[in-house]
Amino acid sequence: MTEPVLSVRGVHVRYRAGGREVRAVDGVDLDVQPGEVLALVGESGCGKTSLIRSVIGLEPLAEGTVTCSGVTVTRSAGRLKQLRRLAQMIFQDPTGALNPRHTVFRAVAEGVKIHKLPGDVRDIVAEALSRAGLRPPERFIERYPHELSGGQRQRVLIAGAIALGPRVLLADEPVASLDASIRGEILALMRGLVDDEGIAIVAVTHDLGLAWNIADRIAVMYLGRVVEIGPTEEVLTNPQHPYTRALLSVVPEVEHMEQTILTGEPPDPARIPTGCRFHPRCPVVASGEAERLGILAQCTGDDVALTERAPAHSAACHASG
Amino acid sequence: MTAPVLELRDLHVTYGGTVPAVRGVNLAIGPGETVGLAGESGCGKSTIAAAVLRLLPRSAQVTGEVLLAGEDVYAMKPGRLRAVRWTSAAIVFQGALHSLNPVRRVGDQVAEAIELHPDRLGNQQGKLTPRDVRRRVAGLFEAVGLPAARVRAYPHQLSGGQRQRVLIALALACDPVLLIADEPTTALDVMVQAQVLELLAEFQRERGLALLFITHDLSVLTTTCERLAVMYAGRIVEDGPGHDVFGAAGHPYSAALARAFPTIGDRSSRMAPAGLPGDPPHPGDLPPGCPFHPRCAVSVDACTTLDVGLRQAAPGHTVACVHVGGAAESGVS
Repeated sequence: MTEPVLSVRGVHVRYRAGGREVRAVDGVDLDVQPGEVLALVGESGCGKTSLIRSVIGLEPLAEGTVTCSGVTVTRSAGRLKQLRRLAQMIFQDPTGALNPRHTVFRAVAEGVKIHKLPGDVRDIVAEALSRAGLRPPERFIERYPHELSGGQRQRVLIAGAIALGPRVLLADEPVASLDASIRGEILALMRGLVDDEGIAIVAVTHDLGLAWNIADRIAVMYLGRVVEIGPTEEVLTNPQHPYTRALLSVVPEVEHMEQTILTGEPPDPARIPTGCRFHPRCPVVASGEAERLGILAQCTGDDVALTERAPAHSAACHASG
Repeated sequence: MTAPVLELRDLHVTYGGTVPAVRGVNLAIGPGETVGLAGESGCGKSTIAAAVLRLLPRSAQVTGEVLLAGEDVYAMKPGRLRAVRWTSAAIVFQGALHSLNPVRRVGDQVAEAIELHPDRLGNQQGKLTPRDVRRRVAGLFEAVGLPAARVRAYPHQLSGGQRQRVLIALALACDPVLLIADEPTTALDVMVQAQVLELLAEFQRERGLALLFITHDLSVLTTTCERLAVMYAGRIVEDGPGHDVFGAAGHPYSAALARAFPTIGDRSSRMAPAGLPGDPPHPGDLPPGCPFHPRCAVSVDACTTLDVGLRQAAPGHTVACVHVGGAAESGVS
């Protein structure tokens, strides 16, 4: 197995909100291989966005380490600036992420100048625009964001990220704000960067269709933890965790599956339940099956770690273990 | 045959005299029917929602007819219009946070809609007591699955899903015949989205509500709507049974939209994201001929000059494409 390009070990992210401690990310280990797309899925509040933000120091690490291409960062030490060049973020809303008064050139060149890349800035920007599918780059380089369509703006953001020659792209809902017909084009561009240039992508999304379209592996998060991880086809067609099964049953992209609509609101990371953190909403517990299996006491009392169910496919559940 | 609950006849809406947002839309919704209206931003779908209840800004010129139970909305006097809004048709808007008044309790906001319609909801004398109103609000909150105590909450104290439920309670306050839902689940998580969709479907079944469901997410529509209309550049380009429009689209644009939402488990879409080159046209600057032709993979010479109307592809299924019906070969799937 090759050396992972991004390695996350024991990462915790905590906030204080209204006098309470919010455990947004509550102990996550992840490895991302070069040339791989990992989709990170889950409901709002599951910690998926906090996790990728913590990788480049946008959220401080409370515990744990992040290593990207040999550069390691912890809570108190590390070469964060260097890591930020190797791991670049692509934000959700391209309109909000671009300064309306800066040209495309300025937007893309900003990072290039901060990191003092060798070579002519204009050439670097033009090449990045071209790789992001804005061709010919001269047609776009002096434009302002309002002169571009939503899809073109997202390409500008991608150009700004790849101009620095990163090894990993962290994409937060990269297509959620785009129109349906544009979505596929941007996903194809992302997959192309992975296949042609060996870049790795971690895509945070609630969109399981996106994972099916471009991801090699998928990690399902619930209340700050990864509860299931494995090859995309395995996880989406043979889910092992009851939460993954419920999530799959409600997305319209899955046919012929009886719906398991979890009741209640998305869970609150300021009040993580004891035992398995999913047990208050778990259909296996609610249906009485956990009791029949004799694991109810474990579900409500013992925290549960990921265990391997099939090669490279793990789930954190007391049942079917 | 019963009269449609809502009928649009050759509806045109033009903003500022130069931006034709809706260009000749015909659509009829029968009692208890669920119709989905799909399309991308700028295609005119939200303009249609606002046009039904005359909620458009002054700069919008409207021609054609909007008939609610046979009565032309644009010929109504102000008093009649006020009576019809919320009782004949109500709208669930997108963005629940922006549609609610942040400084009033949500229960009071629902009560307001009820108090404005004593003739419909009051006793024989058309009177509504405060107790009737309170009881009705409590009933609505229960119906949408909100705890009764939540009537005293302010919008910021509720989660996104709860706020969306308040908006649905508000829309249902006066027992409308038609509910127009404009992207009701776009800002919601999948699990909450499933809860809200299930709620709307339940009301539709139990109260015989007609539903016009507007969204860009075709996959949501096929699971909820028996009929589906797809809009592009201000026109309906395909109209037919939901599973046909999604599964066997006649218009290349609908086919591309359907492909953009892959079916999980379908090997042909695995590692193969499908999109459309180009961008939707700006309504103020439409290409000549068929407005879709610059992005169309199967366009022919005629498409650059000829803008065909809806043609019958199958009974109850119409498509606006030169390849459908007529003499042209059927190279579109």
